[in-house]
Amino acid sequence: MTKKHFSGIAVIISGILFALCWFYLPVEVAGQRPGNVPMLIFYNALIAITISILLTFFIILVTKKSYILGHISTFNHFRHLLLLMVKRDFVTRYRRSVLGILWSLLNPLLTMLVLTMVFSTIFRFEMDYDYFPVYLISGQLIYNFFVESTSLAMNSITGSAAIIKKIYVPKYIFPISRVLSSMVNLGFSFIAFLLVFIILRAPLHWTFVLIPIPILYLIIFSMGVSMILSAMMVFFRDIGYIYGILTTLLMFLTPIFWPANMLIERSPRVYHMIHLNPMFHYVNYFRDVALFGVVPGLWANIICLGFALAALSIGLYTKMAQQDKYILHL
Amino acid sequence: MENIAVSVKDVSMMFNLSRDKVLGFKEYIVKALKRQLYYDEFWALKNISFDVPKGEVLGILGLNGSGKSTLLKLVSGVFKPTKGSITVNGSISPLLELGMGFDPEFSARENVYMNGAMFGHSPSYMDTLYKDIMDFAELWEFADVPIKNFSSGMSARLGFSVATRVNPDILIVDEILGVGDFRFAEKSEVRINELLSGGTTVLLVSHAAETIKKLCTRAMILHQGSMLGFGDVDEICELYQKSGIGS
Repeated sequence: MTKKHFSGIAVIISGILFALCWFYLPVEVAGQRPGNVPMLIFYNALIAITISILLTFFIILVTKKSYILGHISTFNHFRHLLLLMVKRDFVTRYRRSVLGILWSLLNPLLTMLVLTMVFSTIFRFEMDYDYFPVYLISGQLIYNFFVESTSLAMNSITGSAAIIKKIYVPKYIFPISRVLSSMVNLGFSFIAFLLVFIILRAPLHWTFVLIPIPILYLIIFSMGVSMILSAMMVFFRDIGYIYGILTTLLMFLTPIFWPANMLIERSPRVYHMIHLNPMFHYVNYFRDVALFGVVPGLWANIICLGFALAALSIGLYTKMAQQDKYILHL
Repeated sequence: MENIAVSVKDVSMMFNLSRDKVLGFKEYIVKALKRQLYYDEFWALKNISFDVPKGEVLGILGLNGSGKSTLLKLVSGVFKPTKGSITVNGSISPLLELGMGFDPEFSARENVYMNGAMFGHSPSYMDTLYKDIMDFAELWEFADVPIKNFSSGMSARLGFSVATRVNPDILIVDEILGVGDFRFAEKSEVRINELLSGGTTVLLVSHAAETIKKLCTRAMILHQGSMLGFGDVDEICELYQKSGIGS
């Protein structure tokens, strides 16, 4: 049996298992099902892609140990470079500004303030949750990290042409360094979030300790998307402009300032469609544990992890398969 | 095999040169559909094979456009060969053109550490080398000046100091000895000789036979992507001058 057959069979079996779970797992165990039957097919495809790529990686790992060990030792070799690049990104960001690093804290707070003013006077949404600023800043935290890290990472390879043309560096180092430096920023945004949370005396639940889980999912997802985008940017520069518009669309499709369940009654179809947006799930997951004291069910985890692993494995695949061609297009 | 530093086996490198400028997306689609997207294949290197034993200094002679730099970029891993294979045993310090991968926005100090990291050295290890590097480059006054304000001679000096100080197993030098004033050129020759006695393998590129003669034990001639000769440095230099390519 070839590798292809092997992963094909595994994908079919996982698909059947997935469908069985979808229809027969009780809500108490699995949590609310995300969406309708067409969504089932979409998620199923997502999980199948992930599983097949992960299987391929696994097979490579087993059959070609030296290949993987080679990659690990290269990464080890370049880890200092990665750390220096993160440090450099962070230093350059606030170089020449008077308040410097304080902006990492002020920025989310002030944006939150502006949006709160707008959405508690001009546009108002009926909400079950009483602490609108907390709701808002938590959504912003997740969305901003994703957009910032991916937008920075998108230009990371084309922007490092000078280095790439002179010396061999594994190309995934560049997008990953941008995601890591955005993580530092995420830390500051989280402090801002905590400040608002404490000042407004929002109710604290024990599930607050689960916050690292959605953040971890989100970081994996962002890394994957960053790798895909940075690779696309090399061959197709227009993606820079397209992505700018896509992120604006994404901002409105993500429940940052509107309540997530608002659409259930108003337009069930759009509500299901919006489940296609990965950020929808990450924001919901984060709010469930941080604000509402709900432990997300099986589906929420499967989908968040599914999106993350699918993005990461496609990203890694593009890097492995194409990184030698980049140089010819820079 | 253990005492071979660089082994190049039947390597060819092809570039696509687009024949006519495609103006826009629509035109691209139309041409792609009509299958009129022609590229000129350009073979920068054709079937090159050679081995470099450890500790040897190999000179590569050739005119501009003969494929010298492409060959060095292949050995240092920047390009992957279209055909053939290259095996390298040991760490490589490529000194291609002026200043390898310096970021113009950053100071000399930051660039030294970044460069060290590209060779896999930790910042704490670079601390121990930093003084030496700056002493050799004579750039203490400009340690915190962004590289973009450096003259080309200054950044070349810094590049040379870093590349020769990070203890590479294999050093790749592309025309760098011609840069800087004569005093620095002398100094860098001494440094190269030091590295040689320490067992470093060197690939040295030049279009001047004298430089090659002074430093190398063996040499090769590249001409329009093909290897015209490979062997003892004196024979090769003679051949180079006789063939009229070099004069």
